[in-house]
Parts: sequence; structure tokens; C-alpha cells
Amino acid sequence: MLDKFGIAKRIAQELEDGYYVNLGIGIPTLVANYVPAGVEVILQSENGLLGIGPFPTEDQVDADLINAGKQTVTTTAGSSFFDSAMSFGMIRAGKVDLTVLGAMEVADNGDIANWKIPGKMVKGMGGAMDLVASAKNIIVAMQHTDKAGNSKLLDACTLPITGLKCVRKVVTNLGVFDITSEGFVCTEYAPGVTIDEIKAATAGRLTISPNVKQMDI
Amino acid sequence: MNKVVSGAQEAVRDIQDGMVLMLGGFGLCGIPENCITALVDKKVKNLTCISNNAGVDDFGIGLLLQQKQVKKMISSYVGENAEFERQLLSGELEVELIPQGTLATRCMAAGYGMPAIYTPAGVGTEVAIGKEVRNFNGKDYLMEYAFDADFAIVKAWKGDTHGNLIFKDTARNFNPLMAMAGKITIAEVEELVPAGQLDPNHIHTPGIYVHRIFQGVDYEKRIEQRTVRS
Repeated sequence: MLDKFGIAKRIAQELEDGYYVNLGIGIPTLVANYVPAGVEVILQSENGLLGIGPFPTEDQVDADLINAGKQTVTTTAGSSFFDSAMSFGMIRAGKVDLTVLGAMEVADNGDIANWKIPGKMVKGMGGAMDLVASAKNIIVAMQHTDKAGNSKLLDACTLPITGLKCVRKVVTNLGVFDITSEGFVCTEYAPGVTIDEIKAATAGRLTISPNVKQMDI
Repeated sequence: MNKVVSGAQEAVRDIQDGMVLMLGGFGLCGIPENCITALVDKKVKNLTCISNNAGVDDFGIGLLLQQKQVKKMISSYVGENAEFERQLLSGELEVELIPQGTLATRCMAAGYGMPAIYTPAGVGTEVAIGKEVRNFNGKDYLMEYAFDADFAIVKAWKGDTHGNLIFKDTARNFNPLMAMAGKITIAEVEELVPAGQLDPNHIHTPGIYVHRIFQGVDYEKRIEQRTVRS
């Protein structure tokens, strides 16, 4: 079974040289730590930055330079700034190659719920609805089950929807799942995890790929 | 051409109870600190504030919330603010949550003279309730109207006496979009110079969009998440 770092590490294997990538808050942010050698990716921050660099040193901290999680950051060589309309414009126009985000629930048709829990204080969707409605390649990074052990891979979302039929792949602590017309297709299982465990933890339609293999991580 | 005002107090002099304001910034980054303080001092009430976020308890728009000057917030994300949560749950405050890209583009549309835009954000969600859906090339889009705001209040890095503005780093965010969208636009800047001193090639917001400008004072530029590497 993977921890959150393992999930991030596996997703990093999806990165290709030259990709422009938007990483959401939480596990997705960790993906930046595992970019494979020889692969150059440009990270997009929806508050108006292409080319997110590492956190600043104490003397580099600049209140005017933050990421979408409102953390102080730096820029990389070749970075650029732009306004919020252009930021979502490049997402809407399909210029961003890969979007990685967290979720509370994913359905086997690619629907995603990740912004609101009824009865709890609603903080807002931020840029999530724009991202899921537009990005051409969306990978969800999340735990396979919630804290009570309930599957987060469902046949239909129970929480308010963020976007319809948009998720292409889910990477969880148990495995890698493509979303196809057949529902979730398990293509890889995490080290130490059995197919039976995956079946037991998945509520949505699940097929095991004939080529299923252990994750190389 | 006389756009320069003495300071925030003069800039917000005719903002009245019940008006619709746009306030630039993302989180606490690039917010018009001086004008927010002046609005608190002016005790103007029942404001509708269009702003991506609602500040924190004791800074940014949170200062207006503390004094119960805000009737309605139109934002994409309003976490990090306990007083906001209290007013929302007690029904004192009305909130309209809209996707961040929709918020930005509705500002842009106003500044570009377009009445509405179509966006895929929110299709099939509760954001779509009551909105026109139109299909283009096999994909559904929501129609969203351009904003109509009485005042836009923005913060820039440098400005000149003609109202031309240059923003710094990610403090740009919503500021140039809102600057275009206000019936009256107020810009507070860290450095105000005479017209002619800024390179026209470097201007982000042409002065035509800006009606009042002043050099702000005592910028705190508070950081929400100070993250450093060792």
C-alpha cells in the first residue's frame, strides 16, 4: 500500500518532457518533488504564474509572489506572470497538458466531487470547476477509501458535483485506475496489495485489466 | 487630465451604502490595503463585494466584515476567516460562490464591452441552476453575465499620473481585470510617477480604465502561508 508520497511518485511517472502541468493542493503538490530525470515540466499556478520554483529561502520571501495555495514561492528560469483571466483562459483552451487534483469522490464515468460537503461550512470551489470542466487530461490523486473505510470510487457521486465525465485516471494508495466506458479499469496494483483487496475497496464498476501488473515504484 | 487624488480617503469619498464594489487581490496578495482601511473609517454599509477571497479575520476584506459593512460577498473561495463563517451561518451575510475562472472572465467581459460569456465551468453542478446552457461543437457551456460594479478598487506596483498601471509578480491576479470593469476605477500604487516616466511597452493597464490614482502608504503585505526552504 502506498503512502501519500508514493501516490505522488507514481503520478510523476505520467509526466512527459515539455508538459505544462497544474498541480492542486495536497498530494498533487508533492508530485513536483518526483519529476523524473531528463524531464522538464513547467508548473502552472492559477493565480497567474507559469514556472513555479521551490519555496524561497528566508531572504527571498516576497509577499507578492505566491502560489494558488497562498504559499510563498519562487520562479524558475523562463517563468512568466499573467492575470487571472488569462490563467483560466490557457486552461480552458487546453494549453495545460496535465492537471492533478484531489477528490472526495470519483464516479466510474469520470464525474468528480471535491468542493462541498452538505452540512459543513462551504469554502468555495476556487478554480476547481474551471479546471475539471476544461483540462484535457485529469488525474485524481486520493486515498482509495475515506476514514470510515467507505470507497471513494463509486458508481455515482453522492456529494455535490464539481464536474461531469472529466477524470481520466485515478491513482490511490491501492493502485492505478483508468476510467473508460467499462468504468474503472485497474492497470496496476500497489506493492503488497491484492486484487481482492482492491475489489473489496471499490464500490463503482471495476474491471481488472488483463495486463494488470505491480506498480514499478 | 487630473486623476491624482490625495489618498485613500479622497479616492473613496463618494462610495455610498449599498454599492457594488470590486476589490482586487488573490488571498492577501495584491489587495488595496489603503482603500479598505478608508472604507472601514468611512463606515459605509450594505456593500456587495466582488473579490476572489474575503480576507482573513483581521486583514483585508475581513476588516470590513468585522464592522458588518458587507451585505453580500461574490467570491470563489472564502476559507480562512472565522468571522465570515459566523456571519454566514447566522444569515447576516449573503454569499455567492462562483468558479474562479468565471469570476475573472466576468470582470474581463465588462472591461471588453461584452454583455456575457460562455464557459464550461459549472456545467452539471449547482452553479448551473437557472442559467442558460448552450451547446457548441458538442460541449455544453453556461452563459454568465459580465459584472456591473459601481467601483473597482485595485492595487498596482507602479502607476503614473495618467492612470497607467504596472503590476508585480502574482500580485497582478484580478487587479487588471477589475480595473477594466468598474464604472469608476480607483488605483492605489506603491510608486506614483509623472506621466512619461513609465515605458509604454511595460504598461499592463492603460490609463483610460483608471479614474483616480494615488500613492499608498504603509503597506503591510501580510503573508498567509509563509513557506521557506532551509
